[in-house]
Amino acid sequence: MNLTLKIWRQKGPRDKGKMVEYKVSDISEHMSFLEMMDVLNEQLVNSGEEPVAFDHDCREGICGMCSMYINGEAHGPDRGVATCQLHMRMFNDGDTITIEPFRAKAFPVIKDLVVDRTSFERIQQAGGYISVNTSGNTQDANALPISKHAADEAMDAAACIGCGACVASCKNSSAMLFVGAKVSQYALLPQGQVEAADRVKNMVTQMDLEGFGNCTNTGACEVECPKGISLENIARMNRELVKASLVKF
Amino acid sequence: MSVLDSKVPKGPIKDKWTTYKDKIDLVNPANKRHIDIIVVGTGLAGGSAAATLAELGYNVKAFAYQDSPRRAHSIAAQGGINAAKNYMGDGDSTYRLFYDTVKGGDYRSREANVYRLAEVSANIIDQCVAQGVPFARDYGGLLDNRSFGGVLVSRTFYAKGQTGQQLLLGAYSALNRQIARGKIEMFNRHEMLDVVKVDGKARGIIARNLITGEIERHSAHAVVVASGGYGNVYFLSTNAMGSNATAAWKIHKKGAFFANPCYTQIHPTCIPRSGDYQSKLTLMSESLRNDGRIWVPKNMDDVMAIREGRKKPIELSEEERDYYLERRYPAFGNLVPRDVASRAAKERCDAGYGVNATGEAVYLDFASAIERYGKEQAKIQGVSGASKEKITQLGEAVMEAKYGNLFQMYEKIVDENPYKTPMMIYPATHYTMGGVWVDYNLMTTVPGLYCIGEANFSDHGANRLGASALMQGLADGYFVLPYTIGDYLADDIRTGSISTETKEFDEAEKEVKDRIDFFMSNSGTKSVDHFHKRLGKVMWDKVGMARNEKELKEAMAEIKAIREEFWKEVKVPGSANEMNLELEKAGRVADFLELGELFAKDALIREESCGGHFREESVELEGEQKGEAKRNDTDYAFVSAWEYKGEPADAVLHKEQLEFKDIELKQRSYK
Repeated sequence: MNLTLKIWRQKGPRDKGKMVEYKVSDISEHMSFLEMMDVLNEQLVNSGEEPVAFDHDCREGICGMCSMYINGEAHGPDRGVATCQLHMRMFNDGDTITIEPFRAKAFPVIKDLVVDRTSFERIQQAGGYISVNTSGNTQDANALPISKHAADEAMDAAACIGCGACVASCKNSSAMLFVGAKVSQYALLPQGQVEAADRVKNMVTQMDLEGFGNCTNTGACEVECPKGISLENIARMNRELVKASLVKF
Repeated sequence: MSVLDSKVPKGPIKDKWTTYKDKIDLVNPANKRHIDIIVVGTGLAGGSAAATLAELGYNVKAFAYQDSPRRAHSIAAQGGINAAKNYMGDGDSTYRLFYDTVKGGDYRSREANVYRLAEVSANIIDQCVAQGVPFARDYGGLLDNRSFGGVLVSRTFYAKGQTGQQLLLGAYSALNRQIARGKIEMFNRHEMLDVVKVDGKARGIIARNLITGEIERHSAHAVVVASGGYGNVYFLSTNAMGSNATAAWKIHKKGAFFANPCYTQIHPTCIPRSGDYQSKLTLMSESLRNDGRIWVPKNMDDVMAIREGRKKPIELSEEERDYYLERRYPAFGNLVPRDVASRAAKERCDAGYGVNATGEAVYLDFASAIERYGKEQAKIQGVSGASKEKITQLGEAVMEAKYGNLFQMYEKIVDENPYKTPMMIYPATHYTMGGVWVDYNLMTTVPGLYCIGEANFSDHGANRLGASALMQGLADGYFVLPYTIGDYLADDIRTGSISTETKEFDEAEKEVKDRIDFFMSNSGTKSVDHFHKRLGKVMWDKVGMARNEKELKEAMAEIKAIREEFWKEVKVPGSANEMNLELEKAGRVADFLELGELFAKDALIREESCGGHFREESVELEGEQKGEAKRNDTDYAFVSAWEYKGEPADAVLHKEQLEFKDIELKQRSYK
């Protein structure tokens, strides 16, 4: 198929940036979206132009590095996939595709489609862990049974890949699905209880400091999340936060 | 030829690690505050090492080329992690895990290292559970296990099909905790481009800030390289696009010997390639072989009919199918080790039985597992006289719970529903057992320079068993290196901080800058990928699943020619002082072009078949094992450790003789 691409080009953080139009031809429907981008970049390199910078790594939907906003949707029109798993069979010959970076105040553009997501890092550093040292002397893994349901639910929350699609999709640029997923994972497990109150308070505080917006329950994040992280995690985070406000040490 | 000192402690194998730990020098907590350690790479090995070293009190600087440690390619490991817990009561033990790993590695790994790995494996599970890793559990709330290729017990712990992700996020959380405490300085989007040696010891690195292009100097008392494997030398592999050998290759060029580069794992269950534009291959976890049966049609007519779309695989009766693994290896069947399964697939496809248009695909069929689970569920749920449809429905639900994300991934890529029609799979490069040579302490041949995880060579011999990569990465990082590095650093407590304003740093930085300047000013006409693809094709065709003398010699000459052309014709757009992804690739491919030639040379001198290295000249000629790989323990029971001497072809071979005191060397039989 032949396609017209409208791509956000921005030389650096301080550049204003603009949409630039490109044409690609003979695109196979079996290609992944990023392979289509490879074809474009090879074309640009061969004609002496600078290729489009975009983040990507594992190309199997698990590392969370890829981050394009395609035709107005984070990770494009397919559901339950990251951009790297989006295939060209979702598009038709002659289509015009608009490709932008994930946009949010807390995700400044570094170059073209590459954004800075270190705000996510700082939220995790604020409390996304259980304080246990690597001593090799922890109790036996089976000493504490955990109900299968709780373990499965914790796993579902832990499946978040930290891509930021939730933020890019939210009209408020809220990161509550991302934070809620981590808070939930630990809140559902007995190991997470000891620090539960501090964790949720610290992570939410950091989230607010980074400039992410609030949740107004539109649910766009859940729809666009490549891993199907449920809105329930936001509810659980809010519950944890209320619980934490009642705890006095 | 010099003799390499593996520094394996004396005494019975069961006591070596314990005795070693009792006797090493320790650094007292107050002194640790004055010692800096650089960790390059923050996947399972590097991330767990950085976190543990920081917990112990050292000052750690950690480097990752991605925007976060959570993106390291350990995250893509699907199936699970082995540990000798014997929770299933099926006869597992430390010795059995040790035995399976040495045997699975085709007797080309170092016994003492493997025993230690098996010994600490149980601690890994305890540690991860304490960190909140959500492993799969049964209804009683205890941890569940599955079985994997090459073994007869169930010892693999898993978190759905995302075990690597969950373990990496566990290590990442430990890392974050130390970053928050200020004990780790994390450098994301940084790439190590050289190691700096002072008085023969590793004392720092030169790194490029991938956002600004700035070249930075970082010093430390010891440097740990945990940069993963070199599978991308094949261009197409299951590695991440950015996975590269640069850190490992740079330290090789500065004196670290490179061991067994020819030991590469070609994984049997990957999604077949579909066209020239293909940028990477996707793995379907080996755990699927627990429930999937591998086959091709028995008759050539059916092969043709399937390829031309006249017949569907589900239309073939049992008698018309060749379950070739079950036929050739009745004892292990579909659970033979990876190298054996891969070669068997290649054998069938080379004979013309491949089932897709390229002729490079076999079926992985879940129909009988769906039926089996369906019947089981019908019984559990008390559905009497369940219809075939009901049984299928129940069975599919079980499959979805076990492998849902894998099936979804397959469907997204191939556009076929694996619940209803068998998957198509074909082998692809997945893991490299070879790597930087290290001694028992995980130290390279350069003092103060360590190498852990997939980047080193030590534990998997010539073939790695499934679910052992995660085990090794975390064992090295959490439980081994933190001890061994202390023994070395105990001598450094009076050294004080290392200056970066020295001639050694000047020289290393100049070398790095000169190379970047060359790329930016070269007036070539061909893209970096152009050369990478050509290298990959030579590697796959001539240094792939089956190798012979003639083709290996050709490969060496061809790779050299591609390399020479690369340095004349490569074109890198943009500038050096900004984010420049082409420039990053150029440096990595330049290193692959050297490594590839050494790889072929190593394969050439090893005139035996062992594990992932199959020499067509070395096969059993008669008897029950006819056509199977033939190892030569008399002449090749050694580790090849290569010393850099300029051109890869001039590398000098050092041999570490392998001794097997606790395991009898046998032909690996899975029949």
